[in-house]
Amino acid sequence: MKKMLAAATLALSMSTAGMAFAEPLKIGMITTLSGGGAGLGIDTRDGFMLAIKNAGNKDITVVTEDDAQKPELAVQIADKMIQSDKVDILTGIVWSNLLMAVAPSAVAQGKFYVSTNAAPAALAGANCNKLYFNAAYQNDNLHEAMGEYANKGYKKMFILAPNYPAGKDSLTGFKRYYKGQLAAEVYTQVGQTDYAAEIAQMRASGADGIFVFLPGGMGIAFMKQFAQSGVKIPVMGPGFSFSQDVLPAIGDAAIGAKASGQWAPDFDNAASKKFLADFQKEYNRLPSIYAVQAYDAAQLIVAAASKASVKNADAFGAELKKADIQSPRGKFKFNTNQHPIQDIYLTEVIKQNGVITNKTVEKIFSDHGDAYAKDCKI
Amino acid sequence: MTLALALEQLLNGLQLGVMLFLMAAGLTLIFGVMGLINLAHGSLYMVGAFACATVAAWTGSFWIGLVASLAAAAAAGALVELVVIRRLYDRDHLDQVLATFALILMFSEGTRWLFGSFPLYLDIPPLLQGAVALPGGTEYPVYRLAIIAAGAVVAFGLYMLISRTRLGMRIRAGESDREMIGALGVDIRTLYTVVFALGAALAGLAGAMVGALQSVQVGMGEPVLILAFVVIVIGGIGSIKGALLGALLVGVTDTMGRFLLPKILALFVAPAQAGMIGGAAASMLIYIVMAVILAVKPRGLFPAAHA
Repeated sequence: MKKMLAAATLALSMSTAGMAFAEPLKIGMITTLSGGGAGLGIDTRDGFMLAIKNAGNKDITVVTEDDAQKPELAVQIADKMIQSDKVDILTGIVWSNLLMAVAPSAVAQGKFYVSTNAAPAALAGANCNKLYFNAAYQNDNLHEAMGEYANKGYKKMFILAPNYPAGKDSLTGFKRYYKGQLAAEVYTQVGQTDYAAEIAQMRASGADGIFVFLPGGMGIAFMKQFAQSGVKIPVMGPGFSFSQDVLPAIGDAAIGAKASGQWAPDFDNAASKKFLADFQKEYNRLPSIYAVQAYDAAQLIVAAASKASVKNADAFGAELKKADIQSPRGKFKFNTNQHPIQDIYLTEVIKQNGVITNKTVEKIFSDHGDAYAKDCKI
Repeated sequence: MTLALALEQLLNGLQLGVMLFLMAAGLTLIFGVMGLINLAHGSLYMVGAFACATVAAWTGSFWIGLVASLAAAAAAGALVELVVIRRLYDRDHLDQVLATFALILMFSEGTRWLFGSFPLYLDIPPLLQGAVALPGGTEYPVYRLAIIAAGAVVAFGLYMLISRTRLGMRIRAGESDREMIGALGVDIRTLYTVVFALGAALAGLAGAMVGALQSVQVGMGEPVLILAFVVIVIGGIGSIKGALLGALLVGVTDTMGRFLLPKILALFVAPAQAGMIGGAAASMLIYIVMAVILAVKPRGLFPAAHA
């Protein structure tokens, strides 16, 4: 009897794992695979494809294209994917300015958009949409956490971000929680590679801490130049500024930097360990925060598709919203505006066995949602 | 605002200007002598940076990497001239733009294929690490001072080359009348290849020096290329002197704009707003300067005689 039960359970579990969906599902991934932001897009794609591969389902196809971090290109690709590739779901965009160009029109055409990273405030509040999900965070979140952290021991902060939607969200988020004084609030150009003028201002500002949000190549350039400048003020930032895609290039200059994140490679849960092992086996490098977010986005889609057809938007959306996945982040659920509620941690850059990576220091926020959900009526 | 901060920003502007000069010098030389618009100049900058990063990683020496970057960029430049550019001299500028744009794509994809999309590392050599004290109580990175010095040396070297050597004489002759020096028996094809390789080497040098400051990655050349074009348009296309002054003007304007505009605006609006508007306005500033200069002097500050 016991044996029979075990066999039945096994058969059942095999049938769900390999179960064919009611209908084939086509996912369009638009992400940045060339230029200064390529590292982010490659981790996004690889994390996403890892979860798709693990699902082992032949009925899911993913088409991937490079947006080269250009909004106009992203719009063209999205049109092509919707009209000629006939995708059901769009995903993968790293940058908020590109997302703002693509996602609102995609959901207006009845397609789902599941974001792996970009999460502008404009789509989290009054303009939320039942076809738009974000598997990463809301843009402000990690910066809010650093604002909260900076309250402990920093009296006068110099804050800096690129001049685009996520940059504005970043400093807004930081200021929402930070109670101290601001030495300066500086916006730089997106894609800027020389920060000499800004570093000179930091030196003269009298700040006791510096908060920078500079994802991708921008962060590499900034940290290298900062390390050479002789300025001794401690630097902190959201996880993106010190994520695994940029750490090897920044080198030892990053060691000791504090950042915030929803995940770090030392997370002690089964899903995280499996993800880390699978990712390293498949791609032979450490995953970044972007890879985790994309991995979860793919897991969410796979989980929803096993319960409902994507052609039935209401049912599929309801399944997505249940977030029935094992996230490497640990706790993960959706808020009313379909953005995550999750824990956010303080991390520190360390060198371990010759590899520069992040370790978790402490939890900053528990079950953290966002400030815009209350304006979302869906 | 203190004097020390203003001095530091001025040095930053100079350093950016010197960098742009290395790019613009080659660009303007190639246009002046061959009448060719070379969009792939940014790719040669990238080749220099990648060569330096790769060789420095192999040998552990930035200096060997720097030599390699000059050699690799010059070789890539000469090769491109022999295989592609040579066929474009008699075509109009649209054909040149299309062909050299294709070269950008080929260089970028080729580099991605060889090195991957992740940025490479290139560290500043130990000799030039850290910062030195400046008068006024501030500090300034040694490496940036070294870039300024290198740029000054190159500018002086170019001046000597063009005004005092036989090659320079031919370059000047080529600038004023291409057909005539061909008719006088100068091997014009070799001259073109040499000039192209020289311009490429300067771009490669700039790429290698900046590579240690920033990240070495595919597509790093194009933003610099755009600025270099602004520089040669301001300076007068074909003029080395114009390229030098244009580069310093653009470098200092850009740096000072990024630094001063938000501060000036902060007198009128809230700091957050001032930062945002000032940042956006600063990124337009050099183009505004270019427009004003072109309105007054339509052919740039130092128009080449023949154009």
